[in-house]
Amino acid sequence: MNAPNERSAELAGIGEARLRKEDARFIQGKGNYVDDIKLPGMLFLDVVRSPLAHARIKRIDTSKAKAIPGVLAVLTAEDLKPLKLHWMPTLAGDVQAVLADDKVCFQMQEVAVVVADDRYIAADGVEAVEVEYEELPALVDAKAALAPDAPVIREDIADRSEGAHGPRSHPNHIFTWEAGDRAAADAAFAAAEVTVAQDMLYPRVHPCPLETCGCVASFDPVRGELTTWMTSQAPHIVRTVVGLLSGLPESKIRIISPDIGGGFGNKVGVYPGYVCAIVASIVLGRPVKWIEDRIENISTTAFARDYHMSGELAATRDGRITGMRVKVIADHGAFNSHAQPTKWPAGLFSICSGSYDIPAAYARVDGVYTNKAPGGVAYRCSFRVTEAVYVIERLIDVLAQKLSIDKAEIRRRNFIHREQFPYTSAFGWQYDSGDYERGLQKVLEAVDYEALRAEQAAKRADPDCPTLMGIGICTFTEIVGAGPSKACDVLGVGMFDSCEIRVHPDGSAIARMGTINQGQGHPTTYAQIIATELGIPSDRITIEEGDTSTAPYGLGTYGSRSTPVGGAATAMAARKVHAKARKIAASLLEVGEADLEWEIDRFQVRGDPERAKTMKEIAWAAYQHAPSGEEHGLEASYYYDPPNFTYPFGSYLAVVDIDRATGETKVRRFYALDDCGTRINPMIIEGQIHGGLTEGFAVAMGQQMPFDAQGNLLGNTLMDYFLPTAVETPHWETDFTVTPSPHHPIGAKGVAESPHVGSIPCFSNAVADAFAHLGVTHLEMPHSAYRVWRQLHASGVAL
Amino acid sequence: MIPAGFDYHAPDSVAEALRLLDELDDAKLLAGGHSLLPMMKLRFAQPAHLVDLGRIPGLSGIREEGDVVVIGAMTVENELIRSEIIRRRVPLLAEAAALIADPQVRNRGTIGGDIAHGDPGNDHPALAIALDAGFVLEGPGGRRPVKAEDFFLGTFMTELADNEILVEIRVPGLAPHTGQAYEKLKRKTGDWATAGAAVVITIEQGKVGAVRIGLTNLAPSALRAEAAEQALLGQPLSETTIEDAATRAAAICDPAEDLRGDRDYKLAMARQMVKRAIRKAAARCP
Repeated sequence: MNAPNERSAELAGIGEARLRKEDARFIQGKGNYVDDIKLPGMLFLDVVRSPLAHARIKRIDTSKAKAIPGVLAVLTAEDLKPLKLHWMPTLAGDVQAVLADDKVCFQMQEVAVVVADDRYIAADGVEAVEVEYEELPALVDAKAALAPDAPVIREDIADRSEGAHGPRSHPNHIFTWEAGDRAAADAAFAAAEVTVAQDMLYPRVHPCPLETCGCVASFDPVRGELTTWMTSQAPHIVRTVVGLLSGLPESKIRIISPDIGGGFGNKVGVYPGYVCAIVASIVLGRPVKWIEDRIENISTTAFARDYHMSGELAATRDGRITGMRVKVIADHGAFNSHAQPTKWPAGLFSICSGSYDIPAAYARVDGVYTNKAPGGVAYRCSFRVTEAVYVIERLIDVLAQKLSIDKAEIRRRNFIHREQFPYTSAFGWQYDSGDYERGLQKVLEAVDYEALRAEQAAKRADPDCPTLMGIGICTFTEIVGAGPSKACDVLGVGMFDSCEIRVHPDGSAIARMGTINQGQGHPTTYAQIIATELGIPSDRITIEEGDTSTAPYGLGTYGSRSTPVGGAATAMAARKVHAKARKIAASLLEVGEADLEWEIDRFQVRGDPERAKTMKEIAWAAYQHAPSGEEHGLEASYYYDPPNFTYPFGSYLAVVDIDRATGETKVRRFYALDDCGTRINPMIIEGQIHGGLTEGFAVAMGQQMPFDAQGNLLGNTLMDYFLPTAVETPHWETDFTVTPSPHHPIGAKGVAESPHVGSIPCFSNAVADAFAHLGVTHLEMPHSAYRVWRQLHASGVAL
Repeated sequence: MIPAGFDYHAPDSVAEALRLLDELDDAKLLAGGHSLLPMMKLRFAQPAHLVDLGRIPGLSGIREEGDVVVIGAMTVENELIRSEIIRRRVPLLAEAAALIADPQVRNRGTIGGDIAHGDPGNDHPALAIALDAGFVLEGPGGRRPVKAEDFFLGTFMTELADNEILVEIRVPGLAPHTGQAYEKLKRKTGDWATAGAAVVITIEQGKVGAVRIGLTNLAPSALRAEAAEQALLGQPLSETTIEDAATRAAAICDPAEDLRGDRDYKLAMARQMVKRAIRKAAARCP
């Protein structure tokens, strides 16, 4: 028998920095993405899109397109009407036009689709469809949406005074959502020694995964079954939606998410292209492929953010925060099709009191329609948490500046202290665990914060210094792992997740989950959880996800929910298998179950460790002769409904040097300390943090979707939209503390989104800090060279 | 992102290519394709015929003819970066080519395509102006030379006639004590310049003996900053003379506002890039 430490190492379980076992396939080009699916007789679908942001459709002439050899069909809203599929319900309680019905409400809205023998003919068909528009005035500025004379965007619901989330005050008004205690917050402000206020825009950005969205829909008219390969982060809920729309029973619908080239929230929703491909396949009886190009992806499928925020803090003179108020105008575009728990029109935005013990707080979000593409997804974050963290982390810096208190010190004065957990915030969230001081202290020591501030002071004293130096701090708390089904559902389906484990006779195993990997490393980390729970080496465990016909029902992967929910289901399913294995071991060893103790990969008799049965032996026995009263086999499934969210946190620090001549911001140093509770695979965690920081860098420093007054999107290609390469990406330093979640089966909290959520305000804080001595409190993102230069110019320090 | 239909031609000689240009209606030359093909995929350009110059022997390559460095028009950017002749004789081109697009594009994009396209955002026009390069155009009547500074007429407009092909770029020998530099401000890898300045300067006995300045993406076409050059000639380099030259260079710019910045920013960046390029080129004078 090998020594325990050798057996433990052989498992490669929780805590092991194990290489991702799925990578060999990807780096050899052997992935299998949606566009790799090629079926006999497959047709291609391409989309006719509106060049205008707001217009009435006067006429659509499809005759020339239909006359092109190889074009099989051209569909418009008129063709979908008999099927009642020209509109579809959204996840947010609204409806969205599948193909424009009477008018278009955003640039590049879907107007018609062309189905042809190949994608080249389909593209020619799109060119040949003639659409006559009557242009209407476009509404671009969300803050003007509720003006009495604002153009009405949604004529289909203009007269409805009630929406999915309560009363509507204006045809362009979607919802008003409030959280916290307004009277208590107002009282705190009335009594405050100091108050600060700051307006800030979290601009519209796009997750821009490297793989765009697409599908292959294949309807078998003989069997009446629909199979659709789809770039979906939530295949099971898509199956339910497709069932609702098509009238097919879910048993005859199979949604498969094959390999997915990044999702970041962009692939949660159901898009018109999917619906049209499915309809075309059902109508034509042949497989139909639809793949977005890059411009379509950035322009039409699911943007993120676009929150116009006004934040205020009330505080004592020594910097103790006594109250918080936030008001938001949320630009949802032309249809409210943001993807988040159905009952939460502003997601989890009320986590905006952050890591701080704020006694009174109030938030209000008003959602409005504009002539822009619909969406509002969680771009590498939990629903609206990025916006929430941004507003508090910016506000606390503004308060520090007003009071001339150091930006690290003001955080210390307001932290929720370790002994206060579990902590209930003024907004009612129950923070599970945290130790904020420890993380911040570790970061400040690692970077020698005092020396950095001294260097900054010296540079500020030198008028010839060619750079402005800024130090940004962000001590954020996330709320992830949606979520408890009493609070969270999607179209009525509770946001549990699931795992099903089968141990084979030889002691190897397969496990399937309701989540779906898009690069997070599920095949590796889930196997590690099972390895530790069941004593089966990770390499002998296969993980499968994404096929609704084989995987148990789950709500999918977004909002950092895989580890908090799917990982918990995995541990719990393994524990059910473990419990049965114990029964079998007791039977084999002819002892009572209570006489057995678990040791790495085996049950051994208490006090007599030589008498033991390994999981491998137990697996064989389970198929050979089950103990009396037990079924054969060794498998279990578990649907995990989390009792609470998890609350990962971190302390980040950035040092930037701004070129006073060009406005370019160089990130000299970025130190990221994350606490995601129990760390399953440190290597994957580090990789996820590098990726999240890089996407955070992209958002803070360059990503934007600028519109002109007519609603034209001015930057919808990678020529303008910033995807950082290795050349411009800063060097990342990572660190960690471990504060396990007390309610999660293995204490894990989720990590991949923290670096995105936490780094963005850290960059903004660093850039604003560079100007702090000049009286500047805020610069809007993105901090491009041009925008920063304008501030240099306005502050009189441009060279 | 799918172009309209077109016919593809791959001649194996310049004469054959010229014949195709003459015979075909609505033909465009393909010289790498990293400007033309995206425009075709967006259907901004829908030529009926593409004549690919990529298979004509002798159109690419770098050689020395006495004092002159001769670069075949179909030489790709990565060949410029790797060429021993370029690194020794015209390091400016290797330095600047490394700032163009990304390695994959540089494997296909050609110096001739970059020049003949007439896009003010391309880098080679200003480089060629600063180097006082000459271009050789071949048409039905034979070859004719054009100086770089006379070639660029406006956005997408050049001296190149519809029935001509740019075949060579000829860079004359440089005087001793000459330094070269290119400063390009860009938002990110693969971007065109917000502002760019190429400087070739000769310093003799502490004074500017010769200088040429080319500007990228600061007007409808690449510019030669002659007034700035004049202000420097015969002068010692100082903060004052450099500042004066930068101001004169910016004065001839007419940049268009776009997502990279407004006119004020681009004019300020023109000054910055000119100053930086002068300083860097001067520091490189042997």
